[in-house]
This record gives sequence, C-alpha cells and structure tokens, in this order.
Amino acid sequence: MTAKKEAWGSRVGLILAMAGNAVGLGNFLRFPVQAVQNGGGAFIIPYLVCFVLMGIPLLLIEWSMGRYGGRYGNHSTPYILDTMAKGRWWKYAGVFGIFTNLAVAAYYCYIESWTMSYVFHSLTGTFSGMDQGQVAGFFTDYVDIGKSISGIPYEAVVFYIVCLVLNTWILSNGISGVEKVAKIGMPLLILFGVFLAIRGLTLGTSGATEAHPTASAWDGLNFLWTPQYDSLTNPKVWMAAAGQIFFTLSVGMGTIHCYAAYIRSKDDVALNGVSAGFMNEFVEVVLGSLIVIPIAAGYLGIEWVEANAGFGMAFQTMPYLFQQWGPLLALLAGLFWFGLLFFAGITSSLAMGTPWMGFMRDEFNWNRRKGALSFGLMVLVLGLPTVVFYNYGVFDEYDYWAGTVSLVVFALLEAILFAWVFGIDKGWREINLGADIRLPLVFKYIIKWVTPFLLLFVFLGSLITPKGNEWSVQVANLFQGRGWELDNSSIIRTLTNESIKAEIAYLDDPSTLGTLQTEAETIREVREQSTDLKEQARLAVQYDKKLSRIAQVSDPAYRQTLEKKLVFIPLARLLLLGLFVGLSLLVHKAYRIRSKKEKMTS
Amino acid sequence: MNSAALITMVLTQVTVISFTAYFFLRVLRTPPKDTDED
Repeated sequence: MTAKKEAWGSRVGLILAMAGNAVGLGNFLRFPVQAVQNGGGAFIIPYLVCFVLMGIPLLLIEWSMGRYGGRYGNHSTPYILDTMAKGRWWKYAGVFGIFTNLAVAAYYCYIESWTMSYVFHSLTGTFSGMDQGQVAGFFTDYVDIGKSISGIPYEAVVFYIVCLVLNTWILSNGISGVEKVAKIGMPLLILFGVFLAIRGLTLGTSGATEAHPTASAWDGLNFLWTPQYDSLTNPKVWMAAAGQIFFTLSVGMGTIHCYAAYIRSKDDVALNGVSAGFMNEFVEVVLGSLIVIPIAAGYLGIEWVEANAGFGMAFQTMPYLFQQWGPLLALLAGLFWFGLLFFAGITSSLAMGTPWMGFMRDEFNWNRRKGALSFGLMVLVLGLPTVVFYNYGVFDEYDYWAGTVSLVVFALLEAILFAWVFGIDKGWREINLGADIRLPLVFKYIIKWVTPFLLLFVFLGSLITPKGNEWSVQVANLFQGRGWELDNSSIIRTLTNESIKAEIAYLDDPSTLGTLQTEAETIREVREQSTDLKEQARLAVQYDKKLSRIAQVSDPAYRQTLEKKLVFIPLARLLLLGLFVGLSLLVHKAYRIRSKKEKMTS
Repeated sequence: MNSAALITMVLTQVTVISFTAYFFLRVLRTPPKDTDED
C-alpha cells in the first residue's frame, strides 16, 4: 500500500532498535524494586520462568505477526490483525496497538524530559551541596509547574516540549532515524550502565556515615540476591514476576509488530526476537540490579531502601548519593545516570511513534513528516494534562489504563488470535520461516497452551486482586462461603476510586491523628531501648515515615488534593476513552476506503 | 556478601550474559540472505 517501502538498514540496527524499544526506565527502576518487594533472590526464579513461558513466546508471536502483516503492506496492528483473521472486529482489537502508544508516549515523554532536565542540572552543578531532603524537594518543586526552581519559567513544560520536538524531528526521518538513534543510544546506555554497576559492586561499606552507620552496599546485594524459597509458593510473587516480564519486554504495545513489519518477508524473526529479548534481560538483570539498590543501601542503609524503594528514587535520591563521590565523579555519575535513563527513554518513545505513522501512511498516504508532526501534536495535547495536573493523579491514571491494563488485554487477545484463530500450525510455520535458529518444538505447545493461560491469570489477577494481595486467605474464605474481598488496587475497585475514597475517610476519622502519634511515640521508645544498630536504623526509618505521614494527614492541602483527584481522574479516563473511540472511527474509515477500492478493482 | 546471595547472583548473571552473547554473536555471524525483494 505504501508508495516506497521503508526498511531497516542493517540487522544489528534492527535488533538494537528492538532492544531499545524494550529497554526503558523500568529496567533500572521497576525491576530492582519488584525484586526487593517480592522475596529478593527468590523473585529471580519465577521471573526467569515467566521469561521463558510468556516473554519469549510473546516476542515470537509479535515478531512473526509484524512480518506477516508487513508482507501485505500493513505496518500497524489494526490491519496486521485483520490480515490474520476473518472476523471483522479483530481490526478494532488492533486499535489497542495505536492507542497504547499515543497514550503512553504522552506521559512517558514527560519522564523522558525529567531525565533531560536532570542531565542539564547535573552538568550545571544544581545538586551540589544539597542534602537529601533538598534533592527530594527539588523534584517535588520541579513537577509543581507553578514554581520556578532554576530561573527557567515553567521549566517542566519547557523541557517536555523540547523533548517532544526532538522525538518528532527524529521520527520525521522515518525508520532510518530511529535506527541511527538506537545504534548510538544503546551502546552508550550499556557503557554508562557498566560504569555505575561497577561502582555499585565496589562501594561496599565505604558510604557509611554517622547518620547511617550500618549502610552497606553488600546488604543491598544480599537483599536482592539471597534466595527465599518459601516465597516461591506465593501467587503474589508469581503475579509480580509475570507482570515485570510483560512490561520490561514492551509486549502488548504494538511497537514490535510495527518494527517487524519493516523487515523482508523471508528474513529471520526467531533469532532476532530471542536476541533482542536477551539484550533487554542483560540490561535489566545484570545492570539494573547493580545500580540503584546497592548504591542506595551503600549510603542510606538497607532499612531505608526497604521502606522507600520506588520509582522516585531515581530523581529524589540518586543525585544526592552522587554528591558523596566528590565534584568530578558526581558530575560524571549524574551525566551517566540520567543520560542512561534518557537513552532508555528515547529509544522507547520513538518506537511509540511508529505505529501511528505506519497506520496513517498505509491507510491515508500520509508522508513521514505529516505522520511525525501529527504524532507530536497529539502527544502534546494528550500529555499536557499529565504535566499540568501531575499532582492530581492524571499521570498515574494514564499509566494505569494505557500503560498497564491495555497491554495485558491486547497481549491476551493477540495470543488467542495467533494460537487459536490464525492457528498454531500456521503460526509455528510463520515463526520458523527463514529462521536462523532451530526453536525447540516445546515452544509450539507453550504458545498454544501456556502463554494464553498465563496472560489470563495475569489479567484476572489484576481484575480481582484479593485484599492485601493475600491469595491463600481469600481462596480459603471463598471455600468457606465468606466471599472474595477485593483489594483497592484491583481493576474493579480502581474504577470506582476506592483507594482515594478510603484515604479521605481515613482523614475524616477523628482518631487518625492520635493513633498515628501514638504509633510514632511507640516506635521512638522502642528505638531508644534497642541496642542493636541495625534495629535502631530500621526503627529510625519507620519513625521518619510516621512523622511524614502525620505531616501529610495534618495538612489541609492534602485533603483538597484528594478531592481534586476525584474530579481530574474521571476526566483523564474520558480523554483516554475519547482517544480510543476516535482511533476506532479512523480504523472504520480506513476499512470503508479499502472496501471501496476493492469494489473498484473487482 | 553472603555465599547464597553470591552464588545466586553469579549463576543468574553468567547465564543471562552467556545467552545474550551467544544469540548476538549468532546474529553477527549469520550471513545475510539473498532475496530479490526490496
């Protein structure tokens, strides 16, 4: 359908672009946090099992679906799915493969712009001399767009727009532009990562101070890697491992289909797919595990890490830790860390632009420039609410519905389509067509039976997450006729904003403040009586957290923020729904144009 | 670092590095296919 066929310049370029698409901020931030929260060393076993049973099969499915669609001139999921199945509605299921990318790019480019801004601030020495609280405060002020922190008015918005312009410009050069960025960005990312990982491995106890006398990077590594085999029987750990594999490989997004649609019809997908998948695993398991957790534990202690491990550490903690290395190393580490995150981000956000551009080019003959510009404009319109109303939950809402739920739904649909509608025999032949490696036959059965059921398990697990993530308790309750109590994080209860309502009710409870103060006092007393340094450190962290909670609960602005969230969150959902409906109408219009053309030719 | 953690870390990382290197080297060593398509 396209006038001139675009293609990848080289095989290495394709693999680096695919790996760059998968490698994102989550490799360095989400993976170690998930590992810490799910049994440390034991997490790696379910994680690797899920990589084999769900990750590799989904990579093979998406690579071969993309190449199959590309053979018929389709470069985005609506018509890739349409060529594989007879049912008329599959193309509307394929809308997920464009919707997710536009919605995720809207907030992902915002995170990417943070990394760009933090590179700038690391180079200009903004964090020099700041204490931990000031560095954390810098981030809070940065995302509060009303405040100007470095003389640049509306700094967050300015960096966001710069980041979007850069993405748009690269995308306007088409696949070759994406390939060039991947060829520069991925090796640099690995180089920066290796530098920081060596630091994480060699830090030891040299970061211990009077404030954190027990701090040790070894504790961080012990915590991450000591096997706790009892957690292997916990469904929560398996759910977390499956979820992590899912998000780290960027499956269920439609970007892999799009990239693979630009390869030649008999080129290998099996070796390419497995190679790109393992490259992502290298960045995540080898580099991702050796940076944030050991460095943070090396300066602040494992007790602090256990209590505070989260996404915010990248921006609220790392710049402070780098300051402990002296001015030159702090500058280099800041450049390397945020540079690494920037390259991880941009290679992913560029991938998010290609399905939209491919769709508009295939169906409406839009050239690359028009496609890239329209992508940039749509992301700007969709993304500005995440920037301006960041504190009112808009950002998190996009991440939840577009960046989490949609991925699982689409991956489940495509796995069913590939194995059961297109047919596993045909699918297996498609995967092996032109393959440069011989895949074990067992994968044919895994793709047919295991992967769809694992995905169903992940989806149902998110839909009806039991209270406190205690699966065994709720299953026992169910069999005893006491029903199934949902957690506020389940999809069903998220829809009705239960966690926000529960928090407001908690604030309204007159006993809340008194209870918190009593708890804080008890922790303080126990800490004073303790003679164990590690126990003292753990209780000190708990005490600080309790004080922060008391300050939050006592602040009337916090309650107002929660009330505003109840207004802004439904609006964000309406915006996302509108985007999905709009894209579905566009797919319908493309269908009518195609039907008209077919009638004319026949 | 305790020995259980060290063994788990080394085993996992060596496995992941080996597979990554093996597949990437195979990509580099496989000659491009001759096709008349472009």
